[in-house]
Amino acid sequence: MSEKTYRPGNYPDLPPPPGTVGVYGWIRQNLFSSISNSLLTIISVLLLYYLIDGIIGWFFLDAVFDADSKIACRKINDGACWAVITRRVGQFVYGFYPEAERWRIDITFLTMFVAFAPLLYPDIPKRKWLLYFSVFYPFFAFVLIMGGYFGLQKIEYSLFGGFMLTVILGVCGIVCSLPLGILLALGRQSNLTVVRTLSVCFIEFMRGVPLITLLFVASSMLNYFLPPGTNFSILVRVIIMFTFFSAAYIAEVIRGGIQAIPKGQYEAADALGMSYWQKTRFITLPQALKISIPGIVNTFIGLYKDTTLVVVIGLLDPLGIGRAALADTKWNGLSTETYLFVALFFFVSCFAMSRYSLWLENKLNTDKK
Amino acid sequence: MTFFSNIWRNEKSREIIVQIIVLFFLGWFISWLVMNVNANFEALGKDISFEFLFIPAGYDINQYLIDYDSRDSHLRAGIVGLLNTGLVAFFGIILATLLGIALGIIRLSKNWLASKIAYWYVEFTRNVPILLHILLWHGIIINTLPHPRKAISLGEVTFLSNRGFYIPKPLAESGIELVYLFLVVAIIFSILFAKYCKKKQDLTGIQYPVFWINFSVIFFLPLIAFFLSGMPVSLEIPALKGFNFRGGMHMSPELAALTFALGIYTAAFIAEIVRAGILAIDNGQREAAESIGLKPSKVMNLVILPQARRVIIPPLTSQYLNLTKNSSLAIAIGYMDLVATLGGISLNQTGREMETMLIVMLIYLSVSLSISALMNWYNSKVKLVGR
Repeated sequence: MSEKTYRPGNYPDLPPPPGTVGVYGWIRQNLFSSISNSLLTIISVLLLYYLIDGIIGWFFLDAVFDADSKIACRKINDGACWAVITRRVGQFVYGFYPEAERWRIDITFLTMFVAFAPLLYPDIPKRKWLLYFSVFYPFFAFVLIMGGYFGLQKIEYSLFGGFMLTVILGVCGIVCSLPLGILLALGRQSNLTVVRTLSVCFIEFMRGVPLITLLFVASSMLNYFLPPGTNFSILVRVIIMFTFFSAAYIAEVIRGGIQAIPKGQYEAADALGMSYWQKTRFITLPQALKISIPGIVNTFIGLYKDTTLVVVIGLLDPLGIGRAALADTKWNGLSTETYLFVALFFFVSCFAMSRYSLWLENKLNTDKK
Repeated sequence: MTFFSNIWRNEKSREIIVQIIVLFFLGWFISWLVMNVNANFEALGKDISFEFLFIPAGYDINQYLIDYDSRDSHLRAGIVGLLNTGLVAFFGIILATLLGIALGIIRLSKNWLASKIAYWYVEFTRNVPILLHILLWHGIIINTLPHPRKAISLGEVTFLSNRGFYIPKPLAESGIELVYLFLVVAIIFSILFAKYCKKKQDLTGIQYPVFWINFSVIFFLPLIAFFLSGMPVSLEIPALKGFNFRGGMHMSPELAALTFALGIYTAAFIAEIVRAGILAIDNGQREAAESIGLKPSKVMNLVILPQARRVIIPPLTSQYLNLTKNSSLAIAIGYMDLVATLGGISLNQTGREMETMLIVMLIYLSVSLSISALMNWYNSKVKLVGR
């Protein structure tokens, strides 16, 4: 090959040095760039190998999916005994809701996505019509789940349980706590001393005590504070406590958002002669809420996870169902399988929520353009 | 009529009116609650009194840091519970901090695989409720670890079994005073030495490896004293007697499960905080430090970390607080913490819901309020002074 000559300024681009491109280059740069890095890679690979090997073996290959009891499971194979789940999957999902009426829960759950869609995805087609449904949905869900109207059989609260109870508690808590949280955040920033002091006391009290003590109050003491003879369902009391608790956290998140708004925004609003509520509605909240989305969703995820605490006051959420299953002598000792199953459910729903918040954050981020 | 509408239109007077109305409703609400409580208590023949605190508790607590037996008062049972809360919070915080910082740094490392593993660890851990973590770990210890007779032995001195973990217990013998004395001397020396080096550096710019010198002084001086005085520490090794181990230090399955669960769960949050804190430092800071020729370790220690600390410490403290509050879930596995003793068994035995819950809530409240006050002070101290 003869050497070509080029005029100055007309040299062709040289290919990148070998070892920096392609699969090999990527591996070299990302996994083996230095001695310590290579060591870390080798340790990670070993860790992954043992983990995956153990997990696949225990979870699937050696697992038993149907048997009459733990002992029967162990006779078949020595992996996980998923029979404890498969035999009670109805309870894990619906609690003790009557089997013949479970279609009502299915419909409520499926239509929930339709009701939430226009709120969660602002670009959805026919949003206005869907929004009417969203407003109507709570009544629809209440009637369908509780029954007692339109010839539907009335179902007692005490039969609620399983993942259904988690979703009910979580969704009610989330929906109620956002408005209350916004009000508390505004109250904390208010010029009125009395309103501010009240908000601060409420927020600090709720944030300072563990949720479980509040649930104890809801289950055993709340009746003392109400007129003699009043009695309302433990489910409602628990939802109220969850709402108060997470509203206090949301208030703090939104306060952070309000404080992050540049002062010029308020001054401009004042200069335009806006009233307090106009300012709040058009200037403060749109900006503050946008900044605080990640924090708000994190609080929601926290609330959703905290619904498991109701097991301590005797409600039958998935953990309660799981513990009841484990108390059965047939399934005694299969705690790992039971709790991992419930954990998987929570992981999927919470992970979905956090992905949604990331998506929304990116969508609303106007800085990029 | 104009008089009233003028008052309402004036901003100052309107504020006062609104506040008076709010106060009125608040007063009405509180008196309504008090009346209800009175009526309910009268109907049930109850009263509010804290005398129950001084009558014998009558129940046993399986783990105590101060002497306790069932004849001691409810008050003492509560204190034992409070100390148990402190104990599990202490272990949990240590585990969470170490694991969390390590994970946060791995998450930022250039190694793709390690960073992905750390990422999925964080996602899996923090998206699962803490109560589930606690029950899962408790179940693993109770159901999958062997019986004490077949306990997993680590070097024949530490044993893992379904009754808990047994580790050797160091016992001090006479002559230990010399080791303590040397330790005190070493600490005083290193404080003075650090001050001296700081002064020297300010004056001349010469740096000494202060950390390594002080570390070796604090570590080796007591060690020399230890050997000089004839090794005055003996280990009490747990031994199998009958159905269980005797001697040594015992970590109950509940304490172990709670520590692991709280530590592992909180570590995921701490990892994110550490990562966010380091990422919050402007890249220009790192580039400037590298361009004046600082080694990577110096860049981290002198430039990045001092600034990241300001971002990291406040949320870190609130995670510690969360961990402490989450330790109240101990009641689900029967670890006797504050909520399980005073708010659990004492409540059930005396039937004094109001009083016990009030005490429990006030204790948690005062702990978290005092820590947040401390944090506000810290924040105002380290805040960047803006223009």
